[in-house]
Amino acid sequence: MSTPVLRVEDLHRSYGRGPTRFEALKGVDVEVRAGESLAIVGKSGSGKSTLMHLLALLDRPTSGSVELNGVPADRLRGRELNRVRNETFGFVFQQFFLTPSATVLENVILPLKIAGVGRAERKRRGMAVLEQLDLADKAKNRAIDLSGGQKQRVVIARALVNDPQVIFADEPTGNLDTTTGAAVEDLLFGLNRERGITLVVVTHDEELASRCDRRITVRDGRIEASATAATTASGTGTTAEPGRPAEEVAA
Amino acid sequence: MKPADVVGSAVANTFRSKTRTILTVLAIFIGAFTLTITTGLGTGINRYIDQTVAEIGAEDVMTVAHQAEETTDDGPREYDPDAVTASGLGADGPGGGQTIDPITDDDLVTIAAIDGVESVEPLKQVSVDYVQHDDGTRYEVSVGSFIPGMELVLASGEQPDADAAEPQVAIPVDFVEPLGFASQGDALGGEVAFGVTDATGAEHVVTAEVVGVSESGLIGTGNSVSPNTALTDELYAVQATGATGQADVYGSAVVTFDPELGEPATQALKDDLDEAGFTATTVEDQIGAFQSVIDGIVLVLNAFAVIALLAAGFGIVNTLLMSVQERTREIGLMKAMGMGSGKVFGLFSTEATFMGFLGSAVGVVLGMVAGTAVGDALATTMFADLPGLTLIAFDPVSVASIVVLVMAIAFLAGTIPAGRAARQDPIESLRYE
Ligand SMILES: Nc1ncnc2c1ncn2[C@@H]1O[C@H](COP(=O)(O)OP(=O)(O)OP(=O)(O)O)[C@@H](O)[C@H]1O
Ligand SMILES: [Mg+2]
Repeated sequence: MSTPVLRVEDLHRSYGRGPTRFEALKGVDVEVRAGESLAIVGKSGSGKSTLMHLLALLDRPTSGSVELNGVPADRLRGRELNRVRNETFGFVFQQFFLTPSATVLENVILPLKIAGVGRAERKRRGMAVLEQLDLADKAKNRAIDLSGGQKQRVVIARALVNDPQVIFADEPTGNLDTTTGAAVEDLLFGLNRERGITLVVVTHDEELASRCDRRITVRDGRIEASATAATTASGTGTTAEPGRPAEEVAA
Repeated sequence: MKPADVVGSAVANTFRSKTRTILTVLAIFIGAFTLTITTGLGTGINRYIDQTVAEIGAEDVMTVAHQAEETTDDGPREYDPDAVTASGLGADGPGGGQTIDPITDDDLVTIAAIDGVESVEPLKQVSVDYVQHDDGTRYEVSVGSFIPGMELVLASGEQPDADAAEPQVAIPVDFVEPLGFASQGDALGGEVAFGVTDATGAEHVVTAEVVGVSESGLIGTGNSVSPNTALTDELYAVQATGATGQADVYGSAVVTFDPELGEPATQALKDDLDEAGFTATTVEDQIGAFQSVIDGIVLVLNAFAVIALLAAGFGIVNTLLMSVQERTREIGLMKAMGMGSGKVFGLFSTEATFMGFLGSAVGVVLGMVAGTAVGDALATTMFADLPGLTLIAFDPVSVASIVVLVMAIAFLAGTIPAGRAARQDPIESLRYE
């Protein structure tokens, strides 16, 4: 078995200090394997977003380790860390975080701009992604003028434009109606299947979670259950409780 | 992010909330506009002074006099029958000055021997009772000291010829009509008579040909006639008739030197003269003192403009702090997408600098337009008798430095909000409602 894309061990994250200190994660072990789709489910306030931010290297744990492709993440500093965030990950948040007055194309190419890609190349790649998502005709529209579903597709286009290894999606369908939500889901799973992009989805939505290869349930800052969907052929055993995942032995 | 993209994004962001940007830019504009005008005032006046100096053209001479006695001892000064009253270049000064030892023929020899002195001439100061043309009205007038190489600002005619054997004179433009000449052209070639009282009280009349009509200027020629050497010598001889004490002593002497040798050589010459007990003043020195007064006034005016700019700086801080607040989530997103803190800082400080640029560019351009208009209007009204004076003038270097200064102030103001944006934590920013 190859090294997992992401692996966290005994992850703790607490907020505040003194009497108001709150432990959002209380020792979490998770592995994200290349090319899989992983659902993180759990009640509101259980620590799903916190976990996702730690996996995406946007946050640093209070204790515990995070490894990216087998390399401890705390070795990544400044520029390297920014490169990983920019090139390895793509983000889809519950809120769109689009710059309302900028055009759709400008919003989509923001990661390329940050990466320092040239103007012509940016435009070419931006348009290519928009075409894939059937948004090419909206490229020159202001982002604020789009419908909710279109906006979410723009956000996915933005997450895709840098050809990331992993896409993190926090409640990607949270504020879309069922049909539009389903279309966005199809899009994400299509990318996962066809381009082998690893998908980490935080969701409340049972239906969305069931479409993922694997799911982990977070309760009060701990992993409660990890289940493999029947459809996956990866043959990973069910790992319950904060115990080590099965691959640990094989690796 | 490439630097060009940082600038491009910053410029685009500047126009995102137009009203706020315009108001901030307006505050900067007011400061920059004021600074442009006040600086232009300094440039205009100093340029006029420089022009005057250049027109006088006597940059290769210095006036040399004995150093004034130490006045450390209080109390009345003892009478010295040989002491003379010295005054500077322009003879129309308020007559006074300190009493100093006169320059004697011996002194002239001493001065001539000093290294760097090309020639030395005594400066003959003459005073006449009146000037008159064709038995017309007599007018009081002062006679300017003739300094070789000096060039008058002429309204018409020519410079009095230093080498001419005949007495020649240039009269101020204001004297043309009162003396009874029909026009400036009529005055040229005409004859004027000077009344001189000698040491014994006897009156003499000396005549001279008018060769030029001088413009009133800042120095020297405002209200005095300018004689050539021949006329000066003649007036001096007449004036000294019967004098016992002061015949061969002078208030000061004029030393010719080579200004091509540069500032250090000139300074060395001054130092040497100083050691020998003389003070030497070049035309530049005299005007320099005037210039430093102007510079002082302009500095104070500039300080007010800079205070306005500082106030505008707080406007920038305020505006950008609001922007940072509003764009918290955008900043968080950009950081989540791998934008470094340095670039975030660059983005906001560039935005501040760009606002500074906008305000200062508009301020400088409008300041120059308004300043030129006002300067031109004043030149034909209030300063009509000071031809060549443009009260407000601009030179590219000082205009450019205003823009740079304002941009620097704006950048400094921008560092506060930019620093706040740069320190923002991506997660906190993304959670921000
Ligand atoms: N910056 C913070 N300071 C203090 N407490 C925080 C902070 N961020 C998160 N928490 C707390 O940590 C816990 C987990 O938050 P998190 O956002 O991970 O929940 P979640 O599982 O994503 O919930 P939801 O499904 O509602 O989004 C919550 O109780 C929250 O109040
Ligand atoms: Mg959440």
